[in-house]
Amino acid sequence: MTITLPVSADPAALTEPPKDAGRWRRLPTKAKAGTVLLGVFILAAIIGPLVTPYDPSYQNPSPDLSLKAPSASHLLGTTQSGQDVLSQLLVGIRLTLELAVIVGAVATALSVIVGVSAAFLGGFWDDVLSLASNVFLVIPALPLLILLLGYLPQKGQTATIIVLSVLGWPWGARVIRAQTLAIRNRDFIAASRETGEGTWRIITYEIIPNEISLIAASFVNTVLYAIGASVALAFIGLADLNSWSLGTMLYWAQSQQALQLGAWWWFAPPGLAVALIGTALVLLNTGMDELGNPRLRDASSVAKIGGHRLHPADPTPVLQATVPQATTRGALAGFLHSFSRSSLQRAPLQGAPRRRAPRRGGER
Amino acid sequence: MSFIIRRLVFYLVAAWVALTANFFIPRAMPGNAVQDIMSKFPNLQPSAYKALEAMLGVGHPGSIWHQYWSYLDDVFHFNFGTDVTEYPAKVSTLLFETIPWTLTLVGSATIIAFVLGTGLGIAAGWRHGGWLDRVLPGLMFFQAIPYFFLALILLEVLAISVHIFPLGQGYAGGLIPGWHWAFIGSAIYHSLLPAFTIVITSVAGWMLQMRNVMITTIGEDYVLAGQAKGLPNHRVVFTYAARNALLPQLQGFGLALGFVVSGAIVMEIVFSYPGIGLLLLNAVTSNDFPLMQAIFLVITFTVLLANLIVDLVIVFADPRARAREVAR
Repeated sequence: MTITLPVSADPAALTEPPKDAGRWRRLPTKAKAGTVLLGVFILAAIIGPLVTPYDPSYQNPSPDLSLKAPSASHLLGTTQSGQDVLSQLLVGIRLTLELAVIVGAVATALSVIVGVSAAFLGGFWDDVLSLASNVFLVIPALPLLILLLGYLPQKGQTATIIVLSVLGWPWGARVIRAQTLAIRNRDFIAASRETGEGTWRIITYEIIPNEISLIAASFVNTVLYAIGASVALAFIGLADLNSWSLGTMLYWAQSQQALQLGAWWWFAPPGLAVALIGTALVLLNTGMDELGNPRLRDASSVAKIGGHRLHPADPTPVLQATVPQATTRGALAGFLHSFSRSSLQRAPLQGAPRRRAPRRGGER
Repeated sequence: MSFIIRRLVFYLVAAWVALTANFFIPRAMPGNAVQDIMSKFPNLQPSAYKALEAMLGVGHPGSIWHQYWSYLDDVFHFNFGTDVTEYPAKVSTLLFETIPWTLTLVGSATIIAFVLGTGLGIAAGWRHGGWLDRVLPGLMFFQAIPYFFLALILLEVLAISVHIFPLGQGYAGGLIPGWHWAFIGSAIYHSLLPAFTIVITSVAGWMLQMRNVMITTIGEDYVLAGQAKGLPNHRVVFTYAARNALLPQLQGFGLALGFVVSGAIVMEIVFSYPGIGLLLLNAVTSNDFPLMQAIFLVITFTVLLANLIVDLVIVFADPRARAREVAR
């Protein structure tokens, strides 16, 4: 994704080389882990359907292959009707991720449109749009999704995408509206208005580039929501049950009693895939939060200085100089020294640190 | 008082939107629901066609406004029509049979998860970088698991491999529901695993949110002032930091509730728990539209009511929510 920087942007940002090698290293661990994990699944979604060992729908009539535990020929075992679970999984990851990414893109675009226009129109329209997003946030989504999909005559991938997108925008819209309201009052917006830029130009070149991180976060959230909701809907049976997605795999496993038959290899892979994709997205989102707010970072970025844990956002510490002389003296020598004139210079440094300086035997 | 009144008006608007959506969805959607139902239940008499049409509003008797008013009137009197699958049974009777199960299970499990997650979040935020903080990414895995999948795993491990917990249902077969100990004990025993599922999956979310707000709050000057006064640690943690950090947590509670309820109703299917989720599954599989609509309304109203209660708690807990009214 390339962002064309506006002319008014900080000149330092333009001269900076676009590919910074240290940038990856400086990412919070959680963001790194999330990216790697998600990358694995995206790779599986891209090349997976091309390398499936079997046709996922092919029902092997041989009775030996019904409910077979994982083996060399069927790495993840087979279903009750002799279908290969691994092939279903590879195709299913593609279908589920595809749906989630499309829903994420459409719903995020909707939330940007609603959020920005609510902030810019102000007054009556702002009230209406904010009220609408708050109302749809408070109404539980899944029962409404079930109702909408239930009434649809054909419950294919497209129908699910449309319904999920229609209900997926309120959260993002609310956050983006708040951010737009904050940015709108900044000086650089006033400046570009003074130079005669139109509202549309301000929105597309000044406001939206400044909200990219927020939009990205809301995209990740929406993808998470889309995966959860689509898998749950398919699990209930509200999906095209002839296609293979992670949700329909779970539906068939549940409806054909995989659990009671002890076929863990049938329901565990799709469920784990959903959980791992979800974990990757949560990690990515938390990592992005930490990128914006260093205080939230975990222990890896905490430095230990003089026995105190220091977080990146803490003020610069004022600490006792290492190895004060008094500690190298014996108790009696120290007591005698405390009467001498030179002890006055050291006295403030020895003043009550909460933790005792660690004794180092070798220095005695 | 004006804060409460404003929230009340908001929930009324939300309820009205849900009611109106519920009214227009069957009318706006393509396809013929009545035809669907008739083909699924060949034993329905042809005369039922008219009755179904009237119930779903497909035949359009009278003007749309007239239909709308009679629909609102019906909902107001809990008259959701007759059920299609269990034909003579009324939808409202089915609802009243299942609601207590879901309400008790989801309600108590959510409160446990909220209290537990908030407590852990306080600890993780205060001891920032401590061991509790470091296991948090592991907990995120549980947050991302779909409720029903965790339910499957728990059933596999704790009910099939090791026979500690029952395989599902709300109570042991052969017991007659009523207020006697045999039944109550059995019901609690059967609800342990479903409740555990909800707690495990939702606790990480509460914890993460509380931790984040805690860390931001600890950076505030008044916390430093509390420490500088030499107050004991527990006082600074609970009355200075946690009390203030709790407010965003409470505000998030309302929004997260819909999510928890959605997850829980799907989870009920795995446990064959006799709650509203299983009823919803039956409604979906048999195209029982009146039942689906009624369940949607009931769940929505319950969530709205819970949100209103949370708002009352916020007014009670947050002096600023009260002070704002005095200032106006």
